[in-house]
Amino acid sequence: MCALNSKIPVGPVDKKWTDYKDHALLVNPSNKRSIDVIVIGSGLAGASAAASLAEMGYAVKCFCFQDSPRRAHSIAAQGGINAAKNYKNDGDSTYRLFYDTIKGGDYRAREANVHRLAEVSAAIIDQCVAQGVPFAREYGGLLDNRSFGGTQVQRTFYAAGQTGQQLLLGAYSALSKEISKGSVKMYNRHEMMDVVNVNGKTRGVIVRNLVTGKIERHGGHAVLLCTGGYGNVFFLSTNAMGCNVSAAWKAHKRGAYFGNPCYTQIHPTCIPVSGDHQSKLTLMSESLRNDGRIWVPAKLEDAKAIQQGKKKATELAEADRDYYLERRYPAFGNLVPRDVASRAAKERCDAGHGVNATGEAVFLDYAAAFERYGHIEANKRNLVNADSATIIAMGKEVVKEKYGNLFDMYQQITGENPYEVPMKIYPAVHYTMGGLWVDYELMTTVPGLYALGEANFSDHGANRLGASALMQGLADGYFVIPYTIGNYLANDIRTGKIPTDTPEFDEAEKAVKDRISFFVNNKGTRTVDHFHKRLGKVMWDKCGMARNAKGLTEAVGEIRAIREEFWKDVRVPGSESDFNPELEKACRVADFLELAELMCLDALSREESCGGHFREEHQTEEGEAKRDDVGMAFVSAWEFAGDPGKAVLHKEELVYENIKVVQRSYK
Amino acid sequence: MADHGMKLTLKIWRQKGPKDAGKLVDYPVTDVSPDMSFLEMLDVLNEQLVMKGEEPVAFDHDCREGICGMCSLYINGRAHGPQTGITTCQLHMRSFNDGDTIYIEPWRAEAFPVIKDLVVDRSAFDRIIQAGGYISVNTGAAQDANCLPVNKKDADAAFSAAMCIGCGACVATCKNASAMLFVSAKVSQLALLPQGRIEAEERVLNMVQQMDVEGFGNCTNTGACEVECPKGISLQNIARLNREYLSAALMSEK
Amino acid sequence: MSVSIVRKVAMALSGFFLLSFLLLHVSINLLSVCCPAAFDSASHFMGTFWLIQFVMQPVLAFGVVFHLVLGFILELKNRSSRPVKYAFSNAAASSTWMSRNMIITGVMVLLFLGLHFYDFWFPELNVKYMQGDMSGLVEGTDRFRYWEELHHKFQDPIRVGLYVLAFVFLGLHLMHGFQSAFQSVGFNHRRYTPIIKKLSNIYAIVVPLGFVIVAVYHFLAQ
Repeated sequence: MCALNSKIPVGPVDKKWTDYKDHALLVNPSNKRSIDVIVIGSGLAGASAAASLAEMGYAVKCFCFQDSPRRAHSIAAQGGINAAKNYKNDGDSTYRLFYDTIKGGDYRAREANVHRLAEVSAAIIDQCVAQGVPFAREYGGLLDNRSFGGTQVQRTFYAAGQTGQQLLLGAYSALSKEISKGSVKMYNRHEMMDVVNVNGKTRGVIVRNLVTGKIERHGGHAVLLCTGGYGNVFFLSTNAMGCNVSAAWKAHKRGAYFGNPCYTQIHPTCIPVSGDHQSKLTLMSESLRNDGRIWVPAKLEDAKAIQQGKKKATELAEADRDYYLERRYPAFGNLVPRDVASRAAKERCDAGHGVNATGEAVFLDYAAAFERYGHIEANKRNLVNADSATIIAMGKEVVKEKYGNLFDMYQQITGENPYEVPMKIYPAVHYTMGGLWVDYELMTTVPGLYALGEANFSDHGANRLGASALMQGLADGYFVIPYTIGNYLANDIRTGKIPTDTPEFDEAEKAVKDRISFFVNNKGTRTVDHFHKRLGKVMWDKCGMARNAKGLTEAVGEIRAIREEFWKDVRVPGSESDFNPELEKACRVADFLELAELMCLDALSREESCGGHFREEHQTEEGEAKRDDVGMAFVSAWEFAGDPGKAVLHKEELVYENIKVVQRSYK
Repeated sequence: MADHGMKLTLKIWRQKGPKDAGKLVDYPVTDVSPDMSFLEMLDVLNEQLVMKGEEPVAFDHDCREGICGMCSLYINGRAHGPQTGITTCQLHMRSFNDGDTIYIEPWRAEAFPVIKDLVVDRSAFDRIIQAGGYISVNTGAAQDANCLPVNKKDADAAFSAAMCIGCGACVATCKNASAMLFVSAKVSQLALLPQGRIEAEERVLNMVQQMDVEGFGNCTNTGACEVECPKGISLQNIARLNREYLSAALMSEK
Repeated sequence: MSVSIVRKVAMALSGFFLLSFLLLHVSINLLSVCCPAAFDSASHFMGTFWLIQFVMQPVLAFGVVFHLVLGFILELKNRSSRPVKYAFSNAAASSTWMSRNMIITGVMVLLFLGLHFYDFWFPELNVKYMQGDMSGLVEGTDRFRYWEELHHKFQDPIRVGLYVLAFVFLGLHLMHGFQSAFQSVGFNHRRYTPIIKKLSNIYAIVVPLGFVIVAVYHFLAQ
């Protein structure tokens, strides 16, 4: 196959995008009407791309597996969206956002893409406001910003704790506008089953109508995969139940390289697993770390007593508590980046200091915050002799104002009152930085096949900054793909309608149908979830927060064994021509079982620790991540070669011309 | 945990397809942990059904954290179950007692036909939004965001309306299967913002017309929607919708 | 009328009109308890003044018919919006009985209207327009007949009982209807709506209570 060509324009980094736009090929409006673009997924990237391309005049078809495009999992993002607006007059700029994103990504992202992301960030906010997205505002009527993810400037726009929802509904409304005009044809409850390539170009997809089970062919001049991340390979993650890798994986098997599959973001503040029945994990906003203190019992016997329910957290004296983040990272304390906080929690729990029955939880304690806020409140009200009970009560009121909804959510899920006992948290898989390898134009290694948003590998390097996922999804859909897709489609104006009665479509459809009928006819003895849970456990234990060569090698073997067993012994009830959620799951888990192996291979081959990838062999004496900027400063792009285990590694060297590469330190 | 589990009797609506007749079927479940979410309890039941060679119960769900709006169960006579302010996926089994009988039915409305078991088709909501629940601004044409100040009070009220997750609990719980709360939330969000005022008249006329076409019932102000709405969308929005509609209808030149 | 919100507003406006009529009706009736003479002259005025008789009375009749016909149409439409009912419904958890059962309370009031017309309106029309006696006097005397007729009607304990029962239903109907009408025309205000809801309850209790007092007073004062 072709050597990797990232098609990064020449010239200074801050002129590349302008220069690209000035010279990219255009498609005349009357020709756009006869060009079909297929968009898979209706999240931030998919909905914004579908709407924008339809506005330009392309004939768009958009597919989502949910019952409405408004349900895509972008909706669950809580925190906010970054933009280099500098509304706060605190020195923010395009360069600073670019710099922070590269640094946050632990110097494993492509400079040109990230700079472009920073450049278009401001326009995203303008666009969303024009659509009626109700961002938080100040009393003067202008937009409010907050600081997020430890940045030194306030550049995060937000809508309470529901920024993702509001942005998605904005994109959904733009999409709805185009659907009503007929310029987007929307297919709800349709899942992409395969991409179809003709003469080396992607020319369509095979989809399954999830209600009737009908297999459909759709031809198009270009296909955009906006299908999100693959965190559900771990079974338990903060992703929605339906999130899956299938579209990206099918593309991979049809020739698209998979970039950096091992980069996984683990979020430190999730509600711990409560039992075997657990189906997903719930994220508690990171903002809780601003005021909460994280600790475990210093003595093992205390930890054991707490695990067995013989002792309560509140009974432990201050001296018997280990505020390990404050101890290890005095400068940043409880606010160290996500990966550092997550690993530190795992380290303590692995050492036996965990605080729930499973031993996999740490305390997030607000007692000190109650007291601190209580004293401030007492001062405000001039209560000189307030007793400690009054102070604590006032402090709780203040905390309730700030975090009430999160505390309520915690109580709803755990049944414990976080105003009385410290919360328990544990890290969980949250976001996958890896994804389909794309060039500067967001095209995969297969011409005509694009990947946008979390589905591609591009902008976050080895670790994503808070409030950057929403930015990237919308940047790709609103402001990048509308320019770059023309550069490809301009050569397609004479192609005419893509026929779907060709051998390539026949072959792809047959493969899909064969697989489906295999599942419903295989009279196995285990459910799909059984295999998914086993896979998840292997991945979490051996390809999770910390990885080592031995574990990863074992994991590869275990994954292969589970995969083999799955194909022998899986049981899928119901019929193929019906609404059949178990069948949907089976198709998705089959792909996770292959991806998982590639993730382990990638993790094995990346002999360094960076961002969301921590190799125990590569750490400093204090247990901090050690990057290898000489040998490992590249993107791993994996080419499928018949079996996930035989994937071929291609490397895209990362060149840093505008940023000095340094080691992160939070001491 | 297992020996402390609850025993429950589930009465679940089973219906093969849109045109088939359905009925309530009893399923005893045991070893239900109070820490389980309601949907996890159904997951466990489904695992058992698959192993027994029966078809599992189909139900809609996705994010399982109360924001996507996909889950939609009518539990013991109430949309999203006995608690208020949450969706079905946020409901936990500690809200029930050992020995309880639990009725689980799909949303019932002419405009929400059943697809299978507990899964209904809510695309009527999409069509209402397509009738005008947007601002007609194309990508790239927007001015700087801060060129358009918005009174904080209005911005906050718009946000409160925009919190709607489109789950359909308002329709499910309304004795008339009216979609007024859903429609009013979108109309209000956009009517409260200056950028939304430009198309406000057309929007409200078209969205209400589509709402009627879909076969939703009339609002009779019982207020049940507001009580059962997992996001606490206020009845004030319905009053605003009525106002918006009246003034638009009176001023309309059509 | 083809639009749901228009129907709803029409229901509210006709409701407002009937609310104002009830207030007038109960005020005049209460005169019969305290001051029979005033009651007689008010009744005579209402029964003979052309504006009331030939303008307001038809408008009122239209209002009543309109309100009830539309009420039935709404009920039918609403029922068809949920062809399959829930097997188990706990509606009381989220709304009041009154708000859900306007059709029942409304039908009860309608049945009562039949009795009420039979008792008062039809005889009145008969005397005035069939027999042509516009004097308002008891035949062969110079006494007004209104108070006496009213007093006479409430001899019968069954009638009194039926009237009282009907007024209870009227109260339940008003308890939702009064405040609901404001919401329907688009009035919902953080400060004023709670006041309207209180007024609604007061109205819904005081007005029917006024009618009850009249009926019971005349029964007891026989």
